[in-house]
Amino acid sequence: MGYVVKQENAVIAVAEASSAAANDSGVAAANALSSAAGRRRKLAWTPARAGVYAFLIVAALFFLLPLYVMLVTSVKPMEEIRLGTLFALPVNLTLEPWVQAWQSACTGLECDGIRGGFWNSVAIVVPSTILSIAIGAVNGYALSFWRPRGAGVLFAILMMGAFIPVQVMVYPLVRVLAAVDLFSSLPGIVLIHTIFGMPVMTLLFRNYYAALPMELFKAARIDGGGFWRIFLQLMLPMSTPVIVVAVIMQVTGIWNDFLLGLVFAGSEHLPMTVQLNNIINTTTGERLYNVNMAATILTSVVPLALYFISGRWFVRGIASGAVKG
Amino acid sequence: MTNAVIKKRAGVSIAAYIALIPMALTVLLAYLGTMLWTARVSVSSSRTFPNSDFVGASQYIRLFNNERWLLSLQNVAVYGVLFIAACLIIGFLLAVFIDQKVMAEGALRTIFLYPYAMSFVATGLIWQWILNPELGIQEVLRKLGFTEARFDWIVDQDMAIYTIVIATVWQASGLVMALMLSGLRGIDEELWKAARIDGIPRWRVYVSIVLPMLGPSVSTAFVLLFVMVVKVFDSVVAMTQGGPGTASEVPAKFIMDYLFGRANIGLASAASIVLLATVLAIVAPLYYVRTRRADKGM
Repeated sequence: MGYVVKQENAVIAVAEASSAAANDSGVAAANALSSAAGRRRKLAWTPARAGVYAFLIVAALFFLLPLYVMLVTSVKPMEEIRLGTLFALPVNLTLEPWVQAWQSACTGLECDGIRGGFWNSVAIVVPSTILSIAIGAVNGYALSFWRPRGAGVLFAILMMGAFIPVQVMVYPLVRVLAAVDLFSSLPGIVLIHTIFGMPVMTLLFRNYYAALPMELFKAARIDGGGFWRIFLQLMLPMSTPVIVVAVIMQVTGIWNDFLLGLVFAGSEHLPMTVQLNNIINTTTGERLYNVNMAATILTSVVPLALYFISGRWFVRGIASGAVKG
Repeated sequence: MTNAVIKKRAGVSIAAYIALIPMALTVLLAYLGTMLWTARVSVSSSRTFPNSDFVGASQYIRLFNNERWLLSLQNVAVYGVLFIAACLIIGFLLAVFIDQKVMAEGALRTIFLYPYAMSFVATGLIWQWILNPELGIQEVLRKLGFTEARFDWIVDQDMAIYTIVIATVWQASGLVMALMLSGLRGIDEELWKAARIDGIPRWRVYVSIVLPMLGPSVSTAFVLLFVMVVKVFDSVVAMTQGGPGTASEVPAKFIMDYLFGRANIGLASAASIVLLATVLAIVAPLYYVRTRRADKGM
């Protein structure tokens, strides 16, 4: 090889978590082999084995319980809910709460349901995801292959940034955004998500590109490729797997964000999570639990769907994405 | 090799520097700049607007005389210990049991991890409903004949913080499971053969050999969970709004309230610097140890 990839061990947990995630498919393949080998050896049905299954089934029920309660509550009329039979299946199934949650549930004075929040979240998530991934990819590429002077130090500080509590940064950022007229605006919240997503996105792409053979890059250089040309025509087309992981991480993370949306989005662009909380926790009069649960499901649909569809890809991103919290 | 590096350095195009401008600005302004700004404000007498005077440590002294702050520290300590311990134990057990070559492994993994895809807000709201004292689990227990059953933690001053533990453990222990499972899958099959030949019981191998081998996974999980503890905010706001009263107040919420509700940014800045110092005090040594270990390993 003759080339040593210098490891900036700035943030070990992050680096390690994501390299563990990167190895995930390899490990899974190895595991598939070993479990196939295990199956050949017939596993006897012993009490210990029954215990294993009993534990797993009880645990699975505990994990599924809230989902079940949420679903049945959302399709019950209020008369049934008042009976206090939390776990019972609905007698008179109704979809009315879902309709109400979507278009007429009240957040304080306005009664437009949660649909506005849904579209606000879409409007925030799409540009934030694209922008944060674009910048993360360029950063990762420059850090892995070009390594300009000082970039390593910047990267190390950026990695520490992943651990800074948001509270330390929130107020000064409000002031800065207000000074440039971006506070409480869509571009403002997109910028904020890009800033807070940068450590993880940069790390993700840097690790991915660092694992590519350097010879590839050198050959492209010899052929006269410049910075952007190598990036756009050589690296980007090879980046599909890492981009998929990044999209899953960013869409889930930004969709689920509450605090940043609350502070920076402004009343016109409040994301769905903030509106959901407003609907449920600022109601006056009788609380419509069925509508509340329907609204909660509606808010969770996007990340849950992404999770169920993407499966292993989601798991890959999870370790590195978790840093954002 | 050094030659190649030097040549490459010389060949770094100006475009590479330009491309890193967004990162440089983010690091300098958004991360370092805000941190310095907050540190500066924390030693000023700022209330609604930032002042540029210097009052020494008096905001910090006021902070540690503030009962709400002390309560929120106490809460986050209780919450943090229970949350991290419960997630690590449950996550480890789930991973070990799933690793016993069970049927429907994929389905089980999916079930244990799906809460992690949900927001803290949704998590808090679901559990707020399940633990609702009038119509939730308490009522179900009473209907079942336990007429004296009490499970009204969410409205109980002394117990409210534990409900947040329950909800967030449900949300996050799948993450620990996923991390531990990938650690377990990296362990050599030979270990099991050797243990079987020596007649060591399986649980013994897990406790005495496998668990120490999972060190890196455990410390990764610990750091991730610890960061969640420091940041805990959404789930408290959604579940209890810090109540009843101020019983489930946490530092992150305290700071947000003083920044935006009570307009006392001096005090809030002092509080966030304390929070930052706590994070660094816990995370930095872990890093240091692991960096050294990694260096030796190479």
